[in-house]
Amino acid sequence: MIGYIIRRMLYVVPILAGVNLITFLLFFVVNTPDDMARLQLGVRRITVEAVEKWKAEHGYDKARFYNDKAAGLDRLTNTIFYEKSVRLFVFDFGNADDGRSIRNEVSTRMWPSLAVQLPVLLVGLAVYVTFALLMAFFRATYIDFWGVVLCVAMMSISGLFYIIGGQYVFSKIWNLEPISGYSTDGAFKFLVLPVAIGAFAGIGSSARWYRTIFLEEMGKDYVRTARAKGLSETTVMFRHVLKNGMIPILTGVVVVIPTLFLGALVMESFFGIPGLGSYTIDAIQAQDFSVVRSMVFLGSVLYILGLLLTDISYTLVDPRVRLE
Amino acid sequence: MPVGLWTDYFILLLVTAVIAYAVHVRRQPHLLAPWRRVVQSAPGMSALVVFCVFVTVGLLDSMHYRPALERKADQNVAYSTEVLSVLDWIASPLRDHRERTYSAPFATRAFARETLEVTTAEGRVQQLREFPKLIWGGTHLTSEADRSGDILARTLLGLALATIAWGAIAGTVAAGLARKIKRPVGQTWRAIWRNETGTPWRAILITIGVLLLLAGPALMLCAYYHVLGTDKVGRDVLYLALKSIRTGLVIGTLTTLVVLPFAVTLGIMAGYFRGVIDDLIQYFYTTINSIPTVLLIVACVLMAQVLIDLHPELAPTAAQRADLRLLVLCTVLGLTGWIGLARLLRGESLKVRELEYIQAAQAFGVRQAGIIYRHILPNVMHIVLISLVMDFSSLVLAEAVLSYIGVGVDPSMISFGTMINAARLEMSREPVVWWILLAAFVFMFALVLAANLFADAVRDAFDPRVKVGGLASA
Repeated sequence: MIGYIIRRMLYVVPILAGVNLITFLLFFVVNTPDDMARLQLGVRRITVEAVEKWKAEHGYDKARFYNDKAAGLDRLTNTIFYEKSVRLFVFDFGNADDGRSIRNEVSTRMWPSLAVQLPVLLVGLAVYVTFALLMAFFRATYIDFWGVVLCVAMMSISGLFYIIGGQYVFSKIWNLEPISGYSTDGAFKFLVLPVAIGAFAGIGSSARWYRTIFLEEMGKDYVRTARAKGLSETTVMFRHVLKNGMIPILTGVVVVIPTLFLGALVMESFFGIPGLGSYTIDAIQAQDFSVVRSMVFLGSVLYILGLLLTDISYTLVDPRVRLE
Repeated sequence: MPVGLWTDYFILLLVTAVIAYAVHVRRQPHLLAPWRRVVQSAPGMSALVVFCVFVTVGLLDSMHYRPALERKADQNVAYSTEVLSVLDWIASPLRDHRERTYSAPFATRAFARETLEVTTAEGRVQQLREFPKLIWGGTHLTSEADRSGDILARTLLGLALATIAWGAIAGTVAAGLARKIKRPVGQTWRAIWRNETGTPWRAILITIGVLLLLAGPALMLCAYYHVLGTDKVGRDVLYLALKSIRTGLVIGTLTTLVVLPFAVTLGIMAGYFRGVIDDLIQYFYTTINSIPTVLLIVACVLMAQVLIDLHPELAPTAAQRADLRLLVLCTVLGLTGWIGLARLLRGESLKVRELEYIQAAQAFGVRQAGIIYRHILPNVMHIVLISLVMDFSSLVLAEAVLSYIGVGVDPSMISFGTMINAARLEMSREPVVWWILLAAFVFMFALVLAANLFADAVRDAFDPRVKVGGLASA
């Protein structure tokens, strides 16, 4: 097991290196720092000095890959690639355009994001599995048919409408919940609505998908055996189908757990939650490339971590899978 | 003067490709069979009818021209700098009837009070806080009290015309079908109504009927009232919704033009050649896939925006600029979206390459390219087709979210995303400006729902797993 994990970790290295290179190419080669400076300072009436000053302030006034003016190891380290990209590996994100350390921001803002996303995941999972099991139990009846119709209809509604509608009905008309905001003590009342909407918005696609998984399980031989030996339909559903159906469902869930820290872009900005999602949106709107770059890298690291966790969780829930 | 925007050419290319595919399918019985199953699915065909209406609007909106300016006798023809489309020309009453600001659906007066100067009978000028009359909405009425009667009359007229049109369509269908199956028309009609025809004509006719009943009154009313109200700068919301359709369709379909070459070549190559090529391609897409999609899209779009901003010569006019940004968005969505399909194709090619006929072809010494083109590609095409129609709806939905984040279409371009974005701030207003969101919701829901239902029908018909039994019958 430990040997497997170590080997998996080694496999991660080239992928992270690739991600790093892609972000570097995207942010520094497609558009040179000169282009970025011109954009930030306004395209018209721009002087060479202003561009140089902007680049110096942001540490972009160096050679890209190879600094032939420096001596020794500095030739490689005193470059934009090393300063801005390689150092992401040790989570040294540098500063945002407003001068604040991105690393500090990330470490404080990831908790509100998690406080929204984790309940959304758990509540959502419970709701979707319940609905899916219900539809599978009543398969080929009107309940199943209209359930699927409802799911397809719910899938066809943009997530933005769920948020706008939820805010309007619960906060504005019924005045049940604050429309937006967040505080570290007593966050509960600010979290109820976003969590409910987040879980609700996913019902369509997830419940329908889980239903297919359950139906596929129900077509298998062990279910027929279970019925043949006289188990009630309820026992078959809960003891056999649910348990086996949860394997593909759980693997789909485990992979997103680490990325929960990143938050949800739209949800956080609508509800004014000071998480990483709203941080990213602000950075996008202010065209703060260093923040976007850091978030891209951080997101990839967390996703890869999720894949690793998935592989490990497979061995825990499914005894047929062995890691050599 | 006709003008071609970049996206117009790609749409033309896509339409040609679809027609070529249809001709190809008609000649191949094994391809025709699954499409027959699509045609027999009632939800699928109803969805297709709705979708065709959207596509028609989108295509009309894709034929652009620059109107000629009024010409004096001795001058050459001069053209306006504004790029219009055929849809703009058809819907010119909607486009030209611009108010100053918000007005509710069917309103005759504006939504907010303004200070008006009124000359009283004695000749004095008096200032009043009043809801001003609209410039266009309901101005044909002699008195505002007549409004509901007028709306009712026009709605009834619209409904009557719709019924006549529907009757004509239904009659033509029944007559055509009767001739085909060589039965009397009355009998055919009963067969249609009892849903005993192979093609679900009942569902199709009901869908057409519902659409006509909605369109008839709207058509009768839209020249005299703002049926869905007006937006902040006074544009008719119905017009905005119609214009948004093209943007949604372009994003949903042009993206596939970018996805296809990547996914098909790389996916099949990885699966067929295996070994080092497989490792390299897998490494390439695992790396891209490990970047969260939204962030990757954001990063790419931001970079492309810088590129466009710094090279204004690429797009001289505002319309071309917005169009270029739309094209960039499609490209980015395509570049980030090909991985899922490539993965499926790799898996399927791995399976197909072990089959006997491929081994036979290899033993006969057929070139690798020949084997891929003649034997592998046709056997994985159903996956490509299913995945393309399934992706369409998620792309239309993604546009709205991306426009909200600020990396979607150009702010000047009319799309569902920009409509929602502009309207959501007004939800805090009292009374609420609800009609823009409603219009965006209804049109988007109809488009995406139709796409989803059609995609399901296509999947059920083409997916061998479903066909054999399993899911559909379980």
